[in-house]
Amino acid sequence: MSEKVLMKGNEAIAEGALLAGCRHYFGYPITPQTEIAAYMAKRMPKVDGVFLQAESEVASINMVIGASAAGKRAMTSSSSPGVALKSEGLSYLAGCDLPAVVVNIQRGGPGLGGIQPSQADYFHATKGGAHGDFHMLVLAPNSVQEMLDYTYKAFDLADQYRITAMILGDGILGQMMEPIDISPKEPAKLPPKDWALTGTRGERKPNIVNSLYLNPEDLEALNFQRFERYRQIEEKETLHETYRTEDAEIVVVAYGAASRIAKNAIDLAREGGVKAGLLRPITLWPFPKKPLRELADKVKAFVVAELSMGQMVEDVRLSTESLRPVYLSAHTGGVVTTPEEILEHIKQAAAN
Amino acid sequence: MAIVFEKPKALADVTMHYCPGCTHGIIHRLVAEAMDELDITGMAIGVAPVGCAVFAYNYFNCDMAQAAHGRAPAVATGIKRANPDNIVFTYQGDGDLAAIGTAETVHAATRGENITVIFVNNAIYGMTGGQMAPTTLLGQVTQTTPYGRTEAANGYPIRVAEMLATLEGAAYVERVTVDSVKNVRNAKKAILKGFQYQVEGRGFSLIEVVSTCPTNWGLDPVEALDWLREKMLPVYPLGVYKDKFAQEVGK
Ligand SMILES: Cc1ncc(C[n+]2csc(CCOP(=O)(O)OP(=O)(O)O)c2C)c(N)n1
Ligand code: SF4
Repeated sequence: MSEKVLMKGNEAIAEGALLAGCRHYFGYPITPQTEIAAYMAKRMPKVDGVFLQAESEVASINMVIGASAAGKRAMTSSSSPGVALKSEGLSYLAGCDLPAVVVNIQRGGPGLGGIQPSQADYFHATKGGAHGDFHMLVLAPNSVQEMLDYTYKAFDLADQYRITAMILGDGILGQMMEPIDISPKEPAKLPPKDWALTGTRGERKPNIVNSLYLNPEDLEALNFQRFERYRQIEEKETLHETYRTEDAEIVVVAYGAASRIAKNAIDLAREGGVKAGLLRPITLWPFPKKPLRELADKVKAFVVAELSMGQMVEDVRLSTESLRPVYLSAHTGGVVTTPEEILEHIKQAAAN
Repeated sequence: MAIVFEKPKALADVTMHYCPGCTHGIIHRLVAEAMDELDITGMAIGVAPVGCAVFAYNYFNCDMAQAAHGRAPAVATGIKRANPDNIVFTYQGDGDLAAIGTAETVHAATRGENITVIFVNNAIYGMTGGQMAPTTLLGQVTQTTPYGRTEAANGYPIRVAEMLATLEGAAYVERVTVDSVKNVRNAKKAILKGFQYQVEGRGFSLIEVVSTCPTNWGLDPVEALDWLREKMLPVYPLGVYKDKFAQEVGK
């Protein structure tokens, strides 16, 4: 029988990483994700793992690069301003085809911004996050259990596709407490890391982890290869969840903490006689374009509820080919939407 | 017939891209000889910088990583913490190590990371065509100090060996050069010791090698060595700046 333990979202991320066999954590303190580092600092020494508080986010992501290049499961976590600093490393991870797990528990921005929950790093996470042609696989949990489950899964996906998997959370999810199942999971079958730097031991040719290609044709060929891998990810790994969409006229699209608030709004709308439903993207890249496009043939309008000035809304418009009106229910700067506000937008969409 | 001159086994059998008279080639050779002598090539993992030595990942017969500009000590930290049995070294220029990567350098040293850093100080940014480096001398003309480096506009050259020697975490810091047979021998000894200390788990070592960049100094190789001796060595005196274990290892 599985035991349930009461945990904070941030701690569940750390526990999920440990369950996945991650023994290398490199971080730098920043609110509202510091519990991840604190949890790792306590647990890593007990499991012969490495916890290292680096001198900066720049250093910590490069330590992840080193540990991952050496063939180990490695992770770092931060919040918006810190993740911005990691950007250079995110691009190098992609250029070197290294697996890694990076957590962003978003806070309000730009600049130092605030410390309240936000979803304003959607563009940064899903549109590359740094220089060059590349993607990260972005997972957006919406409960404490999912913080653990998707962190665990992130390590498998990262190793499978040699990609950075990002957990994109927010301060609400990070601080929220829920009882969760932390029992061990069945290990996945994954490709061997024969590219890792472990020393040739005189038995093989040197392995090189590198992202420099001065010949444009070589670099293009490599980018083509990488994008073929991205295409496979889009095909096989896109995740979403729907709630009461079967007969819905208005579909709310929301992820993470906003999707929990949206769910309440949908129940309120139904009570008031408006047929509303929810589509929650679980992977933000790849984005669930197909189910959204299918819904566009059936529904009257979409409402995108997000804690930013409107970032995911662009992907909803693209996915639905603007066949239906797409309304935005937004808050920014750390202000959190209420179910009543989203309900108002649902009602307006239904009335138009 | 006895072979008197052989390429070290740890050096890959490829043509290096360095300019004629550039000391990067000699330093590569010394690193490779040290790896041969300690028989550590099979366990070694090198980290190449961004700079003229970026292609170092093709020049050594061991596993290699290429790090972002200045981040080699952090990448090396990650590798070493992941696989403590491997022998991990970085090879970095002065822009890489003492400008953009200063934080990574200082903190790897202060943590006493058990890695070996080969630091090539040529008082200029070589790869990008000769701009001011943190180690550029006062008065030195570069592309970005066309009237010479001045303390008022650019501050003073950084003395990395002296600075790192103040850190408790640093086990061994020595400044050497490669302008003469005698000095090449000393440099070799220092690099060997840096690796030896790592094998013995003694912690962070850095060997600063005062180097030439004839191309961007606008000098021929011989003039460049003269300039190194006359201008650089007074600002960057050779010697052991830190040896935490000198007593123990008997020298
Ligand atoms: C983030 C970043 N900034 C700048 C550059 C451009 N760049 C390449 S090499 C270099 C300077 C290298 O000089 P140094 O470290 O002294 O090495 P050298 O070439 O002299 O051996 C610079 C600024 C870069 N590649 N990446
Ligand atoms: S530019 Fe300078 S440092 Fe670079 S290879 Fe040529 S001489 Fe050496």
